[in-house]
Amino acid sequence: MNDSRLPAAYLTPGSSSFADFLADQAPDLLPGARDLGPARPGAPSAGDLAPHGTTIVAATFPGGVVMAGDRRATMGNVIAQRDIEKVFPADEFSAVGIAGTAGLAVEMVRLYQVELEHYEKIEGSTLSMDGKANRLAALIRNNLPMAMQGLAVVPLFAGYDLAASIGRIFSYDVTGGRYEETAFHAVGSGSVFARGSLKKLYREDLGREDCVLAVVQALYDAADDDSATGGPDLTRRIFPVVHVITAEGGVRLPDAEVAEVADRMIAGRMIRPDGPAAPLDGRSYGGGAR
Amino acid sequence: MSMPYYVSPEQLMKDRADFARKGISRGRSVVVVQYADGVLFVSENPSQALHKVSEIYDRIAFAAVGRYNEFENLRIAGVRLADMRGYSYDRRDVTGRALANAYAQTLGSIFSSGGEKPYEVELFVAEVGDTPAADQVYRLTYDGQVADEHGYAVMGGAAETVTAHLREHYTEGADLPTALATAVAALGAVEGEAPDRVLPVADLEAAVLDRTRTQTRKFRRLRPEWIESALPSATPGDTPSDGSTGSIGEPEAQPPDAPVAPPIS
Repeated sequence: MNDSRLPAAYLTPGSSSFADFLADQAPDLLPGARDLGPARPGAPSAGDLAPHGTTIVAATFPGGVVMAGDRRATMGNVIAQRDIEKVFPADEFSAVGIAGTAGLAVEMVRLYQVELEHYEKIEGSTLSMDGKANRLAALIRNNLPMAMQGLAVVPLFAGYDLAASIGRIFSYDVTGGRYEETAFHAVGSGSVFARGSLKKLYREDLGREDCVLAVVQALYDAADDDSATGGPDLTRRIFPVVHVITAEGGVRLPDAEVAEVADRMIAGRMIRPDGPAAPLDGRSYGGGAR
Repeated sequence: MSMPYYVSPEQLMKDRADFARKGISRGRSVVVVQYADGVLFVSENPSQALHKVSEIYDRIAFAAVGRYNEFENLRIAGVRLADMRGYSYDRRDVTGRALANAYAQTLGSIFSSGGEKPYEVELFVAEVGDTPAADQVYRLTYDGQVADEHGYAVMGGAAETVTAHLREHYTEGADLPTALATAVAALGAVEGEAPDRVLPVADLEAAVLDRTRTQTRKFRRLRPEWIESALPSATPGDTPSDGSTGSIGEPEAQPPDAPVAPPIS
């Protein structure tokens, strides 16, 4: 048989999933397929050797959803990279942000992008929003053995659901558990602070621009209290990666636009370093209860 | 056990080729036309779901005539091959030439192996480049032959008639509406004195590899409403009363692209 002939497996009808096909044909290319062996006492943990990505936040607004991530990757006490990108488009109407082991996570996102595109090309239609979220859960679940060794990947998935005409957010745990979040969510080491910040800043009636400002504020608050989360780097002009997804599709905001938002926020923080103050009684906010 | 009759290899191959050709000539034609911004595929295909033209990868598309189950199989294999290659190397390392080669080898070995029936299919594999000169169109026949096509190419049932029409009317570097009109007219061409057929828009399947698309995925299907607006008025003799010419007007702007292409960085 000629080598350049298409292998028989390629011509066999099968799954529309690229990850399944990869598992059959080239399992060594799967992100979570490495066997690290038993942990040896005294050996450094795998998690300490690899750079970690930190905080991702997402929030919905009427007509879409915003996802943003800081730019820092850390390795123990060292800043491994100060301009890493941790939010990626998954397809035209969704984005995925990753916290955890950066190398594995980036590879997983690459596989996920191919997975969605592959399905679309084979089937001639796109997956439903829930279908996309479930596929990502399956990829995370396959990574569980690695997570047990300290190489966890925790994504945040957000997209515009064309069928329901709303922005939706899904969070995951290392076992592949998939949870739909309402309004906003954050993952990663600074997520506690980011979520606290969004609790006070988020309103359901925020427009697109205000929603972008709210997530950038939340990232600043995360960086303020979490050493592993990077704040806006004013000297190098490195600002968060922000994706906005609406019915028209997803776009990454141009750096100039994010820089403008960040500069505005920092100008405010010069006056009040803790950021905008929320009214104490909560009554001055006209939006509905959450 | 009876002794098989001796059949000369020439006769064997001829029989297999005749078999494949007969199957292919039963189907309707597919036209591929190079235009200013890329490569256009048009086919007469009443089905909205069973496509003859499909996306393989960022810059690569596939068109086929013949038996649906066979070319669908080849299409899926092509998508798998391209995605596998793009995933293990890089998106830029997926080329139309490599795909055409893989198809040629596959079709060739199936054709010449005695065990399998030859595939009754013909394929186009096209890749759009950064400039019209870099566009590539390959034609693959049932026996694994590859031909490099330029300008326009036709395969399927009435290929000779359609090719003859295109030879007369094709112009290089045309814009999309003009190229589409030429291709549709060619598909409707009828041999002899009989008037050419006017193909209903609903029966057309058209797609482009458009190098001007900002997304990395350059493949785009043309929607029927757009085709309708791009084609010159279909009924001859029905001159517009406002005195405007019946020539191809500027078609209405294509709305934002259908969800077929994520902007993968």
